[in-house]
Amino acid sequence: MGMNRILGMTLAEQILSEHSGREVRAGEIAIVNVDLAYTQDGTGPLAVRKILEMGFGKVYHPQKTIFFFDHASPSPRIELSNDHAFLRDFAQKTGIQVSEVGLGISHQVVAESYVRPGDVVIGADSHTCTGGALGAFATGVGSTDVAVAIALGKIWLRVPETIRVVAEGKLPLGVYGKDIILHLIGKISAAGGTYKALEFLGDTIENLNMAGRMTIANMAVEAGAKVGLFRSDEITRQWLECMGRSEDFKRWAPDPNAVYEQTVKISAQELKPTIACPHQVDNIKTIEEVGEVKVDQVFLGTSCNGRLEDLHVAAQMLKGKKVYPKTRMIVTPGSRQVYKEALKDGTLEIFIESGALITPPGCGGCVGLHEGVLGDGEVCLATQPRNFKGRMGSPKSFIYLGSLAVAGATAIEGKIADPRKYL
Amino acid sequence: MKGKAWKFGDAISTDHIIPGRYFYLRSNLPELSKHILEYERPGFSEMVSSGDFIVAGKNFGLGSSREHAALVIKLNGIQAVLAKSFARIFYRNCFNNGLPAIICDTDRIKEGDELELFLDEGKIINHTKNETISFSPFPPVMKRILSDGGLVEHIKKYKDLKLV
Repeated sequence: MGMNRILGMTLAEQILSEHSGREVRAGEIAIVNVDLAYTQDGTGPLAVRKILEMGFGKVYHPQKTIFFFDHASPSPRIELSNDHAFLRDFAQKTGIQVSEVGLGISHQVVAESYVRPGDVVIGADSHTCTGGALGAFATGVGSTDVAVAIALGKIWLRVPETIRVVAEGKLPLGVYGKDIILHLIGKISAAGGTYKALEFLGDTIENLNMAGRMTIANMAVEAGAKVGLFRSDEITRQWLECMGRSEDFKRWAPDPNAVYEQTVKISAQELKPTIACPHQVDNIKTIEEVGEVKVDQVFLGTSCNGRLEDLHVAAQMLKGKKVYPKTRMIVTPGSRQVYKEALKDGTLEIFIESGALITPPGCGGCVGLHEGVLGDGEVCLATQPRNFKGRMGSPKSFIYLGSLAVAGATAIEGKIADPRKYL
Repeated sequence: MKGKAWKFGDAISTDHIIPGRYFYLRSNLPELSKHILEYERPGFSEMVSSGDFIVAGKNFGLGSSREHAALVIKLNGIQAVLAKSFARIFYRNCFNNGLPAIICDTDRIKEGDELELFLDEGKIINHTKNETISFSPFPPVMKRILSDGGLVEHIKKYKDLKLV
């Protein structure tokens, strides 16, 4: 895209213009071509019923449509096994791709294997915005919208205004992408980005690895945002190369004179390990402010923090130590690829020796279906993106959200703990 | 059609509207619908009558993309959801299923107030308080989807997206 426009464009405006065949600006409604559409096992069955209701027997681009089995994975109930069978059957008939039980979380797998910078990605899962880390306009929708995207290869979108988030300075020891995004949500609130795009810029972001960027993009929706966008740069290129997809790299950056709705500045040096307390993701405290909170379960993983780099941080802290005897620690790798790498490099062995348990790759306990459902009064420190009341099981349980490092320290002490003394 | 107001607070998430633990009922919508908002108000499905309104505060429907949240509201006969603001995905899901999501000042509406919605005129009459609450017209694209009876009906009619 050109850099010499009189009125510059944000990343969102650039990508949506390219996919709608005309120049579109914030506030306009655009019919946008979709590069990749996917569902998970909780939203897929309804999407299939909507496709059939609309009268479509085939899909627009079966090679670029994926059904993921990650939420109930493997299925813990007959009803869910039947839903899975229903999805497999429709995929078989239409040629839609299937990402089977055990292959991992949709957002992690598409980042590894499908999403390209500048793509439009539509997923029937709110955390589809994770793909923004690669510079893709990736956004979550419901089953009907994804059904249209699957059947027609397009979707209507309102071109969002953009909030520019500029993070500058070096991250202190023990502070990660998770702390940046939790801090931001605390600052602008869980509704602060509603209908908007967030665009992350500044030297802190430029120096952040892909795992950190994905954590931030993943939680854009927790601020209400439609997308959390990053420019694609050398780190993006290297990451794609590691995934064997060098040819998918393309450089995308906002125009220097792009028009933003507002700018939010974050000074990285001032950040501390940050916690979202029950039951709202914008109930933010620093680790010092949280006080003594005993923890029954520590949960590591999810589309927010289930990557190899994340597991490494926690494993380093647990090496040669034991998980606190009254605390369970559950580790769920984000994908089979993460699982395999963590197995090969000894990360999983460290977890197992410390007393943690490893589940199959997938969404794990985050949705309250299986693999760590919380009972009445139980407290969990989780690396997932959400802590709504009852999210992981009992409505009388309590979920605190923090980084992988906080999870590691908490597993050792059995209470929410400051990771900095272990690093 | 007149209906009764059921009041809820701020930040009611889709997990509140239909908890993840009922994931296994998503292909059994009549059963799923019985669990609507049960953490916030146990037995709500049995209290609510056809034509009633959910009236809430800020950021209603935040969280997961589960369209089942909008569906169970509709299946319980709720005529419209009124809130100070809505989360994005939930807002789309409502219109896609022909359920009006109306942004207005909900502070003056109290639990049990008798409301009447005049969609085309952009107003709600609170018969209990003898007051009129006006709201801004829907964005044209949402209006189109709603008047077609939801996005599925729109697609059936045009075999395409004819929204702009």
